[in-house]
Amino acid sequence: MDMDNILEIKQLSVAVEDREILHGINLNIKAGETHVLFGPNGSGKTTLLMAIMGSPKYRVVTGSIIFKGKEIVGLPVDERARLGIGMSLQRPPVVRGVKTRDMVTACTKGRLNTESIDSLAEKANLIEFMDREVNYGFSGGEIKRSELLQLLAQDPDLVLLDEPESGVDLENIALIGQLINELLRKEHPIRDRRHAGLIITHTGHILDYVNARTGYVLLDGKMVCEGDPREILETIKSKGYRECWKCVS
Amino acid sequence: MRELKSERASKDKARAALSKPAAFGEDLDLDKYVHSADELPYQEDTSRLPTVTKGQMMQVGVMPDGSQRSGTIIQIDHSTIHSLTKQEGIEVMATSQALEKYDWLADYLWKAVAVDADKYTAHVELGQSDGYFFRALPGSKTLYPVQACLYLAKSNLAQKVHNIIIAEEGSELHIITGCTTALEREPGLHIGISEFYIKRGARVSFTMIHSWAPEIAVRPRTGVIIEEGGVFLSNYVIMKPVRSLQMSPLARCVGDNSVVRFNSILVALPGSNMDIGSRVILGARGAKTEIISRAITKGGDITARGYIEGNAPDVKGHLECRGLLLQDKGMIYAVPELKGLLAGVDLSHEAAVGKIAEEEIEYLMMRGLTRDEATATIVRGFLRVDIEGLPPELNLELQRAIEASEKVLM
Repeated sequence: MDMDNILEIKQLSVAVEDREILHGINLNIKAGETHVLFGPNGSGKTTLLMAIMGSPKYRVVTGSIIFKGKEIVGLPVDERARLGIGMSLQRPPVVRGVKTRDMVTACTKGRLNTESIDSLAEKANLIEFMDREVNYGFSGGEIKRSELLQLLAQDPDLVLLDEPESGVDLENIALIGQLINELLRKEHPIRDRRHAGLIITHTGHILDYVNARTGYVLLDGKMVCEGDPREILETIKSKGYRECWKCVS
Repeated sequence: MRELKSERASKDKARAALSKPAAFGEDLDLDKYVHSADELPYQEDTSRLPTVTKGQMMQVGVMPDGSQRSGTIIQIDHSTIHSLTKQEGIEVMATSQALEKYDWLADYLWKAVAVDADKYTAHVELGQSDGYFFRALPGSKTLYPVQACLYLAKSNLAQKVHNIIIAEEGSELHIITGCTTALEREPGLHIGISEFYIKRGARVSFTMIHSWAPEIAVRPRTGVIIEEGGVFLSNYVIMKPVRSLQMSPLARCVGDNSVVRFNSILVALPGSNMDIGSRVILGARGAKTEIISRAITKGGDITARGYIEGNAPDVKGHLECRGLLLQDKGMIYAVPELKGLLAGVDLSHEAAVGKIAEEEIEYLMMRGLTRDEATATIVRGFLRVDIEGLPPELNLELQRAIEASEKVLM
């Protein structure tokens, strides 16, 4: 095993109920790196992130997921979170009665005081949402910022982001980009960075704000391409996923 | 003293209703209880009360030393053992004493609650009873809340209480009532009549915390009459097991732009049986109400009712009934009812009963909370009702009571 890898996925197949969605995925992410995942709807992108996070609905059929040198397949989702994996959901549930502040505070596990939490909320432009119920009546963009705020409070070593820019207006994408860069400690020189990210992007807009080292294309549950993310995005933009299918056949 | 004629009429009505069952809830056999209790000595100094009793009082939000309260009244069984007013303009005394002091008070008896509503009201009228009298004089505002403790000590007693609360014009009265018992395994019954009169522009908040025991039956009967621009805010929390509890307070908005809000937090453990509802009649222009209940069962049965009737122009009412089943035992039955009698009324309700969504638990676990922590956080959030207009001392007591009921659940 490469000790630099924060995440190492080998021959991973994942099923939801009785249907296998991912087939034999391999992927390595080193500490400090950010990777992006492209692919059409239904290709298995969310399934991959959910399998890494450990959502019980996503059942690992074969293969392994090694995080910081430890096999995590079989560990419950909360243990994975405590090991240092964090995920922003594309469509998180509303939690009635629970205030955003309580949720964010719970994420910090006592690491941050109220003042620091408020300053994070200011950064995410969510200070006025802190006394509102989690995700209740939030717009698309507010949900994304709230997810990132929770992750900032949690401060995971591996950040999994499921379409952080979907439903966000252009004005707010820059802010989303800033928050992601903060999560990934992009202000630090590469050699000092420990935090790593795996980001699903549909539009690629986020690449205008967040530098990523590697891009992948997922088609029908298989990894068909690995390379420079901008190059991949350009190809998809100009020729669509049709071009990617050529690599499969 | 009460005028003889009206008193006789009232007694006659009560006699006719002596075996009339209540509309809801188990029909209790009142012959199984004893109906009188010995007179207990008055306690000038509440610090002499037994430590256990004081501890129980504090659990239901009553400060035995009267600190941070504008007045205190303590009734054990049928005896008022202590009463004290600390603020001018605020009157606190036993109902019996108030009836002796004020001739006019008889006119307030059984006006907000019907004496022949059921056998419980009838027994209070005909049997041994006392209760508390709180009154805020015109324009007076409580600096601190006033508090009442109704304590059931004698085994198998049917404790009967008749309370009268009057907020005169433009006054503000904040009340906390804690009801509890010394009886751990023995049976007992508490029947509490409370009649609230909220005059023009007055505001009353009434926070009631119940902590009973597995063999106790409870039948509160509450009526509220709210005049123009008056506000009545009721908060109710029950945190311990109770064998049988049935109540359905009725608030009548008789003055324009009057406002009522009922918040109820109900926690049922195995063996508990509760049938709790709030009823509001919006009978004057622009009257508003909100009835909010949160019911959680861990094995007990809860019927959560709500009834809003709108029969005046521009009235608005909303009813929210949410129930959470923490396991497969127990029952929650939500019965929201709306009745509109005019085209211009605006009444709505939402009711939901279910278990905690697995998706929500998993979401919190993704943030590093264990399953138990996630469940506790969701339960805590479920029980939290935002309450405006409550003084900080009462907010604190309410939060404490809610936290105590959370602990019982977890």
